[in-house]
Amino acid sequence: MKNRTLSELSQLLRDREVSSVELAEYYLERIGRVGPELNSFISVTGEQALSQAAEADRLIAAGQAGPLTGLPIAHKDIFCTQGVRTSCGSKMLDNFIAPYDATVVEKMQQSGVVMLGKTNMDEYAMGSSNENSHYGPVSNPWNRETVPGGSSGGSAAAVAARLVPAATGTDTGGSIRQPAALCGITGLKPTYGRVSRWGMIAFASSLDQGGPMTQSAEDAAMMLNAMAGFDPKDSTSMEREVPDYTATLNESLEGVRIGLPKEYFSEGLDSGIGKVVEEAIEEYRKMGAEIVEIELPNSGLAVPTYYVLAPAECSSNLSRYDGVRYGYRCEDPKNLEDLYKRSRGEGFGAEVKRRIMIGAYVLSAGYYDAYYLKAQRLRRLISEDFHNAFEKVDVIMGPVTPTTAFRQGEKSDNPVTMYLSDIYTIAVNLAGLPGMSIPAGFSDGMPVGLQLIGNHFDESRLLNLAHRYQQTTDWHRQMPEGVE
Amino acid sequence: MVIGLEIHAQLATKTKIFSAASTAFGAEPNTQACAIDLGLPGVLPVLNREAVHMATKFGLAIDAEVAHKSVFARKNYFYPDLPKGYQISQFELPIVGIGEIEIDLENGVTKMIGVTRAHLEEDAGKSLHEDYHGMSGIDLNRAGTPLLEIVSEPDIRSAAEAIAYAKKIHSLVQYLEICDGNMQEGSFRMDVNISLRPRGQEEYGTRAEIKNLNSFRFMEKAIAYEFDRQMYILEDGGKVVQETRLYDVDKGETRSMRSKEEANDYRYFPDPDLLPCVLDNEYIESVRKELPELPNEKKHRFITHLGLSAYDAGVLTGSRELATYFEAVAEAAGGENKLAANWVMGEFSAALNKDGVSLADSPVSAEMLGGMIRRISDNTISGKIAKQVFEAMWSGEGDADVVIEKGGLKQITDSGAIEAMIDEVIAANPAQAEQFRAGKEQLLGFFVGQVMKASKGQANPSQVNKILRDKLK
Amino acid sequence: MSLEKTDIEKIAHLARLAIDEAAIPGYAEDLSGILSLVEEMNAVDTDGVEPLAHPHDADQRLRDDLVTEENQREHLQQNAPQVDAGLFLVPKVIE
Repeated sequence: MKNRTLSELSQLLRDREVSSVELAEYYLERIGRVGPELNSFISVTGEQALSQAAEADRLIAAGQAGPLTGLPIAHKDIFCTQGVRTSCGSKMLDNFIAPYDATVVEKMQQSGVVMLGKTNMDEYAMGSSNENSHYGPVSNPWNRETVPGGSSGGSAAAVAARLVPAATGTDTGGSIRQPAALCGITGLKPTYGRVSRWGMIAFASSLDQGGPMTQSAEDAAMMLNAMAGFDPKDSTSMEREVPDYTATLNESLEGVRIGLPKEYFSEGLDSGIGKVVEEAIEEYRKMGAEIVEIELPNSGLAVPTYYVLAPAECSSNLSRYDGVRYGYRCEDPKNLEDLYKRSRGEGFGAEVKRRIMIGAYVLSAGYYDAYYLKAQRLRRLISEDFHNAFEKVDVIMGPVTPTTAFRQGEKSDNPVTMYLSDIYTIAVNLAGLPGMSIPAGFSDGMPVGLQLIGNHFDESRLLNLAHRYQQTTDWHRQMPEGVE
Repeated sequence: MVIGLEIHAQLATKTKIFSAASTAFGAEPNTQACAIDLGLPGVLPVLNREAVHMATKFGLAIDAEVAHKSVFARKNYFYPDLPKGYQISQFELPIVGIGEIEIDLENGVTKMIGVTRAHLEEDAGKSLHEDYHGMSGIDLNRAGTPLLEIVSEPDIRSAAEAIAYAKKIHSLVQYLEICDGNMQEGSFRMDVNISLRPRGQEEYGTRAEIKNLNSFRFMEKAIAYEFDRQMYILEDGGKVVQETRLYDVDKGETRSMRSKEEANDYRYFPDPDLLPCVLDNEYIESVRKELPELPNEKKHRFITHLGLSAYDAGVLTGSRELATYFEAVAEAAGGENKLAANWVMGEFSAALNKDGVSLADSPVSAEMLGGMIRRISDNTISGKIAKQVFEAMWSGEGDADVVIEKGGLKQITDSGAIEAMIDEVIAANPAQAEQFRAGKEQLLGFFVGQVMKASKGQANPSQVNKILRDKLK
Repeated sequence: MSLEKTDIEKIAHLARLAIDEAAIPGYAEDLSGILSLVEEMNAVDTDGVEPLAHPHDADQRLRDDLVTEENQREHLQQNAPQVDAGLFLVPKVIE
């Protein structure tokens, strides 16, 4: 049962080979046994899961089941789940019981999934290694000494170790794709506005987007079918019809134009990764795709631009954590200012404080134009680069990360080095495009991801390309050792 | 003295500007503060259509350009009544651009005051300072209530102009039905920026801002106090400090708000949770079509079509309610507009004031008052008797005709009867009659008085006059 | 841009963050490093480029003015550190 995808499990449920309660019990047992070593979960909601599973079994028996009914999943602990602690990986929200469900959680629940728990993450989704969690770092199941990536590191590690067949994640600068790549799973960041942000704790509002983290593209399509859609509660959610993403998975790739940005294959890219990516591209060529070299001239500025805009938005988004209405409050505040400063100083970790301070700085009087406005102008140039590229090609491919999973502690002393691990993923968020990471091979025994970038609202095509690749390769079926 | 005003008008929407919680006044603490108003993690704002509609109406009413694209920005600062740590406001691109408004000063003088801009923003909650275990209590019911902040140009030069401007805006927002104007409940609050500029000097002096005034009277006093204070400082060779001050109602003075050690750095930036608010011409024109007749248009119509003086027209259009009442009276009075104006502004307003009754609760309807005025104009009663009739109507004794009939107050116009009374009066006062005939004409008043007394005030005064003169020749 | 101790203190105050005295040099170094990274932006001339706030060129949607939120005070205050008579309590607010 362990290495089964959502779609396979769905079939087993429908064929009554297994019940939803049995599935939940099976995965809960794995979470209880293997989970602690990886530290991939913050909360496990066993009791609730079993009652949801029993309800799912009832629906299945009554013939009212949808494709996801009864399937176990986990949510990144950034999504509000009513009645369940929603910590966002922070001491600040360690005691926060969400009074409502995020739209994503609600929609998944309506589709009949069973939530097994909440996964570990970098505090407030700020990080690329999952070392910034109040609940401790997560290990990469392929090598426990290395990081799983971040910020959705808990979800990635849990899916990679098959502690859960699929999970949700969020991606602000690569937080779905980078951990998916480092852990050897499939991760999709949808177009900005495709998935509602309501109840998804904000890091950088104009960049954040929730998406599926799965074993296969087919599973990602099934999940996205449930997650995506217009939400009147989110002003940035787009009123656009949601296609059936599973319907176009098998479309032919004949004549599909794939663009390779030359900037993504220059110095700084690990040669092992370069090789894997090139082999994957070759696979696509065999499937009939046309390969075109393209340029994204401003892509080198994506990281600097992002580290103005994301911190600026986060510094403001995180002002609400003040110890007044919910969340951590310091002991014996002397006065109001003391309440604010110590609650926030003690409740937030170092990386969150760094980003809040950078954000406050770049927005402050005298610096706004030089930093914030400048970054917004660059954001347009970066966005236009993609726009121009999509005049010539249907999809863009390249590496997800410059290296495979790095060692725990290797980059935690130097924030800038850490930031550069998102060099290939960040521009996609700035442009609001859909991006995907799929397992494409290994370098020195560690998984390597291939990145697929599509035009706005072109998730179907990404899923189609990913699925076809997974039909002819089996990288996505590989499992780490030691998670039996 | 150079004055600029910032007025916060609470928009009369049913729900908050970014949430669907009620804006009703006076609810139990925090019972009208939903997850969005509390700034809980993961919540998002969605803009209220009606708030945009109301702001558009205001913009059109002051001949301002209503922005085709306005942008919401975050104003970042920490305060317990500000749940998110930022206020959603409009900064660089407000919904209403430059406009102007005509104010009425004494003696029918008018002046144009520029409006720099008006923008939408959310209100904050309230800190309650009563002792809660040595702490302050925070009520966020008001948090998120839509405000229209109306910023004037520094065109105002005196307290009187400031009051006239504020009253004009106050009346306008009620005409437009976008604000209830209730100052006790804080629906209309004023910040005043004041600086002094010595004669001949070009640039403005340093200004002080007096925040949160909620009465015209306090505003007048605060300006007067602030003028004296700044004058004293300048005459003494000192410098006015740019700061925010509060008006202390009990002491009748302004005092500095415990000024922060640093100037505020609000770090404004466009709110990434909201998209630009885009209004097309079609929408703006459709709102223009639904605008009611505005105070100034009404005033000019009252002057040109109803023949009122500028002063009377100004007073009567001071509120939409009063203007509506007056028009109904004038109509019922059969076009006796001037008389109707006198009665509405005179006896009627005085009676409302005296009994503390609101216009809506007046015991005398516009039809009743108009009907009475008709009886004056058709000579059924005299102006003097009319006062008696009005009082009777006010005390609920029925309409004018009933009161006149019941009280036998009808004017005596039968010249035979008047002649008979006059004859009696002349006969009773031979000496005065002699003196009158000898040229002491001022005695006519004495005779008129005697005759009116004899008729219990009901004789037609002009007939009495005429017949007396004939008889005393 | 290299940040000094006083810059860190000023920003930390603006953001209402208590920072240990001993941690200030570390923050100064980290933030200066981040700012150096950020300043790579200056390599490109952006004169005349319209700032981009959002990935999509979309307009704000408007919500009808209907009250749909009921009173949920107890439910929403369940996470509050200190509440009395329905009010959130904070150290005395001085105006």
